[in-house]
Amino acid sequence: MTAAVAPALKMQRRSLYPGWFYLPAAVIYSVLFLAPTFASLYFSLTRWTLFDATFIGLDNFAQFFREPFLIQGLVNTVIYAVITSGLKVVIGMMLAVMLTSQIMARGYLRSVIFFPVLVSTIGVGMTFTVLMHPTQGMINQALALFGIAGPGWLVDPKLALFSVALVDVWKGVGLATVIYIAGLVAIPKDYYEAARIDGATKLQNFFYVTLPLSRPATATVITLSFIGGLRTFDLIWAMTKGGPGFASDTVASVIYKQYQAGFYGLSTAGNVVLFILIAVLVVPLTMFLNRKQGHE
Amino acid sequence: MTRTKLFALTGASLLGLMMTANAVNAQQSGYLSLLIDNGPQSVAVAEAWVAAYTEKNPDVTIDIEVRPGGGEGDNIVKTRLATGAMADVFFYNSGSLFQAINPVQNLLPVTNEPWQAGIQDSFKSVVSAGGEVYGTPFAPAMGGGIFYNKPIYEELGLEIPKTWDEFMANNEKIKAAGKTAVIQTYGETWTSQLFVLADFYNVLTEVPDFAEKFTAGEAKFATTPAAVKGFERLQEVYEAGYLNADFGAATYPDGIRMIATGEGAHYPMLTFGIGAIAETQPDHLKDVGFFAQPGDDAATNGLTTWMPDSVYIAKTTASPDLAKDFVGFIGSPEGCDIRNEAVGATGPYMIAGCELPADVPPAVADMLPYFQEGGHNGPALEFLSPIKGPALEQITVEVGSGIRQAADGAALYDEDVRKQAQQLGLSGW
Repeated sequence: MTAAVAPALKMQRRSLYPGWFYLPAAVIYSVLFLAPTFASLYFSLTRWTLFDATFIGLDNFAQFFREPFLIQGLVNTVIYAVITSGLKVVIGMMLAVMLTSQIMARGYLRSVIFFPVLVSTIGVGMTFTVLMHPTQGMINQALALFGIAGPGWLVDPKLALFSVALVDVWKGVGLATVIYIAGLVAIPKDYYEAARIDGATKLQNFFYVTLPLSRPATATVITLSFIGGLRTFDLIWAMTKGGPGFASDTVASVIYKQYQAGFYGLSTAGNVVLFILIAVLVVPLTMFLNRKQGHE
Repeated sequence: MTRTKLFALTGASLLGLMMTANAVNAQQSGYLSLLIDNGPQSVAVAEAWVAAYTEKNPDVTIDIEVRPGGGEGDNIVKTRLATGAMADVFFYNSGSLFQAINPVQNLLPVTNEPWQAGIQDSFKSVVSAGGEVYGTPFAPAMGGGIFYNKPIYEELGLEIPKTWDEFMANNEKIKAAGKTAVIQTYGETWTSQLFVLADFYNVLTEVPDFAEKFTAGEAKFATTPAAVKGFERLQEVYEAGYLNADFGAATYPDGIRMIATGEGAHYPMLTFGIGAIAETQPDHLKDVGFFAQPGDDAATNGLTTWMPDSVYIAKTTASPDLAKDFVGFIGSPEGCDIRNEAVGATGPYMIAGCELPADVPPAVADMLPYFQEGGHNGPALEFLSPIKGPALEQITVEVGSGIRQAADGAALYDEDVRKQAQQLGLSGW
């Protein structure tokens, strides 16, 4: 597009769609998004009982960062997001490569992989809680058949967070796989033909053709699953409620517990912190991923 | 009290009397919604009351709505009150949790209603705020202590322990016999608090003014040796290896089943568990006994008591007269009889004229002496102080499964309590 054409197009657009067409969207956006956002910024500075609010400055934030289990929640959140998005990228890619190759029952396998995505998170959480029961759970009973004493998946404080993360991967990897399949199918066959003529092995095919050319898919998968991991709540709540003790608390579950206890101001402050945390981690991440994409 | 106030009160009680008279003569009509917790007992007894009441008043319709218990339930009750969407009549805790729902603003006072005359003052004190009474007990008083399995005690020839050391000695013998000495069910976190909460009678015997000083922010759990002991006992039981293998994942129904069938010998719990045993393990009801959580000194052995939950009327109700009539029905001897029939007797009632049936289960019989002449009992902290930290159940899970040391847990709880005190706007915090 040349420089001369661009302003002309802009002019045309302006006349086609008058400014007040924005009005309905602007009203909805302000009422449902802007107003609550600014109200919550204010309430995060108060001691709020839902009935009345006392302004206490930054005390809520000081409180939030002073408490050991809130800090642990922050750390857990980042660990959880990194583990789940990392595993979804690796496993999703492997499954996608497998499912785009010539294998038996490909269509069937594709739907099987995607199936857990369709199931309710709470249902998945409750099912796995039963499966992971330390003495009566099917997983440990199956391990016992081979003479292995299974760990307390959800009751061992060192393991609980990882167990939930694994279930999250099981449930979410189907979506990552589908995104990757779309990405892989879009890679022109010419590259593979050229590589074959040059005598590339299958491994070289993967590392020098498939991997670089599926970078847009990777960027999407990482961003989606990383944000999903940062604000994860439903699965953790269904499986451990942040326990045992505070071992698998994430920021979202800590916020929910403060809200449950009636500390509305403090929990709103927690939401502000979560908002900032996601912004601080995700904005640079997407900028980094998109810049790389632009080089292609 | 000024003259006008007195006059107003007399007027109000006369009006109340007239309304009750009216209720006796004429049938009520209208619609009520009733929000209850999902405990099997609450559901059974609420259904029985509604059935009996609507049989007497065929023109009344009462819809029962069930909510979860624990923290989830607190959340629902608070949110619905705050948004003006509360049911006409609802079940909720008395004591500190009652103080946290802003009763003066949200609830309909029932101070001068006729049925309140029959309610014990000790109960009224835990459902009162700003000089008005808001609640009516819908269950018997409870004790917090330890259920024990009678067949195991007989088999091993054990005595009811009067001190903590005797209790631990019993545990050692039970463990040596290859049985589970103590059942814990951290899969439902609230059950983990009992060793700490039920120890409060023992705290009171050593520090009688702990509750006042605690409310004023002067006494702390971590710095009061008698108060730390509850946390230490929780840790001791874990460290001695007395717990069931699945203590981290087991739930309250598991615990009830285990104590009733003898899969474990002790289960620290509130006596309302008797109702659950009667409901789910009726054949084993006679196998379960109860004793208070023992302290250091056998001479002062006594029970930490819990006031029953209460039924309240929301201020937003559209039919206050009908709601009062229904609540009065629940708080009457007739209401108690219906309860005894529906879920059995689980402890002494707080309502005058309410009798326990002659054949109470052994665990109830074990509890009664603590309430009678010569018996010792004292209320749990949550009925003496409006402050209860919301994270106690997570902290006790940590201490009770070896993740955190007792002293550290007590200090963390003090921090948690500070938040609650600030939220309630108490001075000295």
